[in-house]
Amino acid sequence: MSAEGHDHAHDHEHEHHHKDTFITKYIFSIDHKMIAKQYLITGIIMGVIGISMSLLFRMQLAWPEESFKIFNVLLGDKFAPEGVMANDVYLALVTIHGTIMVFFVLTAGLSGTFSNLLIPLQIGARDMASGFMNMISYWLFFLSAVVMLSSLFVEAGPASAGWTIYPPLSALPQAIPGSGAGMTLWLVSMALFIASSLMGSLNYIVTVINLRTKGMSMTRLPLTIWTFFVTAVIGVISFPVLLSAALLLIFDRSFGTSFFLSDIYIAGEVLHYQGGSPVLFEHLFWFLGHPEVYIVILPAMGLVSEIMATNSRKPIFGYRAMIMSVLAIAFLSTIVWGHHMFISGMNPFLGSVFTFTTLLIAIPSAVKAFNWITTLWKGNLQLNPAMLFSIGMVSTFITGGLTGIILGDSTLDINVHDTYFVIAHFHLVMGISALYGMFAGIYHWFPKMYGRMLNKNLGYIHFWVTAVCAYGVFFPMHFIGLAGLPRRYYTNTNFPLFDDLQNVNVLITTFALVGGAFQLVFLYNFFSSIFYGKKAVQNPWRSTTLEWTTPVEHIHGNWPGEIPEVHRWAYDYSNPEHEEDFVPQTVPMKPGESVLHH
Amino acid sequence: MTSLLVIIVLVLLAVALWQLTKIFDLTQVGSSSDSSQVANDKDNNIQGYLMFGFLAFLYVFTIYGLLTWGNLPLHTPASEHGTEVDRLMNITWVLIFTVQAITQALLHYFAFKYKGKKDQKALYFADNNKLEALWSIIPAVTLAGLILYGLYAWTNIMFIDEDEDTIVIELYAQQFKWTARLAGEDNVLGKANVRYIEGVNTLGVDLSDKNAQDDIVVTELHIPKGKKVQFKLRSQDVLHSAYMPHFRAQMNCVPGMVTEFAFTPTYTTSEYRELPYMIEKVAHINELRAKKSVELIAKGQSGLDPYTFDYLLLCNKICGASHYNMQMKIVVDTPEDYKKWLADKTTLVNEVKASLEKPADDASGEAQGDSVATASKEVAIK
Repeated sequence: MSAEGHDHAHDHEHEHHHKDTFITKYIFSIDHKMIAKQYLITGIIMGVIGISMSLLFRMQLAWPEESFKIFNVLLGDKFAPEGVMANDVYLALVTIHGTIMVFFVLTAGLSGTFSNLLIPLQIGARDMASGFMNMISYWLFFLSAVVMLSSLFVEAGPASAGWTIYPPLSALPQAIPGSGAGMTLWLVSMALFIASSLMGSLNYIVTVINLRTKGMSMTRLPLTIWTFFVTAVIGVISFPVLLSAALLLIFDRSFGTSFFLSDIYIAGEVLHYQGGSPVLFEHLFWFLGHPEVYIVILPAMGLVSEIMATNSRKPIFGYRAMIMSVLAIAFLSTIVWGHHMFISGMNPFLGSVFTFTTLLIAIPSAVKAFNWITTLWKGNLQLNPAMLFSIGMVSTFITGGLTGIILGDSTLDINVHDTYFVIAHFHLVMGISALYGMFAGIYHWFPKMYGRMLNKNLGYIHFWVTAVCAYGVFFPMHFIGLAGLPRRYYTNTNFPLFDDLQNVNVLITTFALVGGAFQLVFLYNFFSSIFYGKKAVQNPWRSTTLEWTTPVEHIHGNWPGEIPEVHRWAYDYSNPEHEEDFVPQTVPMKPGESVLHH
Repeated sequence: MTSLLVIIVLVLLAVALWQLTKIFDLTQVGSSSDSSQVANDKDNNIQGYLMFGFLAFLYVFTIYGLLTWGNLPLHTPASEHGTEVDRLMNITWVLIFTVQAITQALLHYFAFKYKGKKDQKALYFADNNKLEALWSIIPAVTLAGLILYGLYAWTNIMFIDEDEDTIVIELYAQQFKWTARLAGEDNVLGKANVRYIEGVNTLGVDLSDKNAQDDIVVTELHIPKGKKVQFKLRSQDVLHSAYMPHFRAQMNCVPGMVTEFAFTPTYTTSEYRELPYMIEKVAHINELRAKKSVELIAKGQSGLDPYTFDYLLLCNKICGASHYNMQMKIVVDTPEDYKKWLADKTTLVNEVKASLEKPADDASGEAQGDSVATASKEVAIK
């Protein structure tokens, strides 16, 4: 089913007619490449904020209630009087860290950047199906980021009920100060974010379905496109449910309805709410919340697959199995949300069902992991920084994924639920893995974005320190979780039982601070290379995919002449029937050449 | 302050490293620039060895972790079903460590072994149905086993037989405090709703309900060894979670509904204190506390008390600013000690009566309490 080539030459003529002003080129751009860069830079800025917050609360956990000048400088007299972090501020930091990292960095920053950059370039399209909607999508995201950050400055502090914002805590300002104006802004920001995400996703889906160039059948698409496409589909299915949960929560908070609230006595009085259930909110939240972790990790998987194949100089192993496993993961991801709720008070029978569906996900995940490993086998590995991050991604995905077998099993979840074991698990499997995927993508496609190269030696330093620190932070965390230490505790000094965990906490924080500091190496490399990096050649990694057939200098419409036609699949590396170790998709099949994928 | 110094040192270290690479870059000026930032054979070689080194790091770090922190995780379960949970956990761990050791070794070893060289071509190996079937079927079979075992255990733990002889106890959560309500002689809890909360009746028990007449409210919970305890959980304000790690028990407390969890304790508190692992753990904790005390006293603050083990009920669902300090002591008694403990407890109804009759007069309130205690003792004897 290959899409027909339209009259692209005509489109192209049209593109050249209008002159770009500064505003239409850099701010309200409708060019997908510029929008990708906007997403990336916004994502990086949000990432710096989100990671810095984690360093602050890690310091509090290692040296509880100690006074740090930096707390006072960064948080102010109200939130950190005399440099000691207040207990509700700790919760606020945890909440906003989670929100920023999950949504603003790993959803918008990762998927927004690379879907926008790569979908038109790799399928051979002039731009997204709707450039205008694409622009609106970015600016709604930007607005939502501004609203989220502005919530840090309201009188009672930002939302503090955890990134999962379970009511009644998130609904009642009497329960925690952050559930006042801070929570309102959180919800508004999220509504904007969801609108942005939906516009983006619809655009990606339509573009992939309709705008593939001649010869680019679905089974010739690079795996990046497959994952972006499937991610967009999951997003369209699940994000609206979060929006409805947010709206109903707004109703409960502001208009006195009782969707999620019932029988509450707080601050000396009985509230009028009756008949609602917080468990309903949990269902709605996790109906998005669980697919969300796949929205985060699937694009990273796609980027890693592509980078691994290119740098191994080998076809990705089991291309069709990779597609099938992405589809299987996507399907299963929408029917496993209940594993976050084994002990929420829902019917234990549901627990059995969700255990079953959850553990099934291990099968397609195992297929992916083994296929990546086999891709390396007998390769000619070019160990560029992007490749290192890709291998690192597979490593942390396996380490973090394996403990999912414990958490997904309702029986075992009883005792490790909401402990540091969970923190260790999901930070490795979706936090660090997705971040590695994002870094891999940045190192690999930086030349495509900015026409210059990132410094590889800084890249190597960045990778190795990050790799050691990531394990240094999250590996010990499994132990304190298994010791029964609950997450979201401001300090555990009130429990002598946990006194022997304190040394581990200090070690974790030390690794976190070192790892955090070395992200400065990346930031320096990134921002200085935009201006001073070595000029890139057209196809620096000797890759087969279409984006490397475009000129280094960005132009509207991507290709100066005709859109190239595609003749083969995306992974013809080291094909024995060819001299070169890569055959671009645009090279016609030789007479009699054997065909792997149509 | 020392930590700030540490940070500064680290930042300086980062700057130093960056400067080093800068020098390295300068030595490259003049050489053909365009592909200089793409890995060459030298890079592949160095990075390949580093990959191998990283594999060693993973192994060493894991072994180091197991040796140093291996004694931190919860040990001997103190409940009947806990043994089952831990057995499944251990089986799962064996599986996880095996898969982890093999896959990480393959991944990093391949990265080292097949590090690229110029003019070398990779093997064109795009598909192999047998291999892919192999690594779909093996996980599927293994997981089927785990799922079945897990579901079997889960069903045993979560579904409570209706005719089973249990003790019914309510755990009541509020910001930032736990209270327990014993069902009394009839073993049935009286109805309750937050709308009945008034004065001493902080749990909102419907005092007119006949089942509520013998309910007893306590702030330190005792339970007898060897008898199944059926917990009914309520919350009056936000979500809380009743987490009793040593019993492998946890269940959320949800405002507006009653949730349940049941387990049978197998060690009394004093028996559990005498477990060799616990003696060692407590000794270690007290060593740390003694050290910390010396520091605190030097600063002019009061020192820390030595620690004795007790079962705990913790809150494990974020519930507000003082979430980190919401706990209740649980004591597992021998059945005899439990009866003794229960004997001198006043029923809620009588507590309420006492508070209404003589709100100001403490002395007579106590006397009243005593007489009630005698009365309930008599009931117990009957």
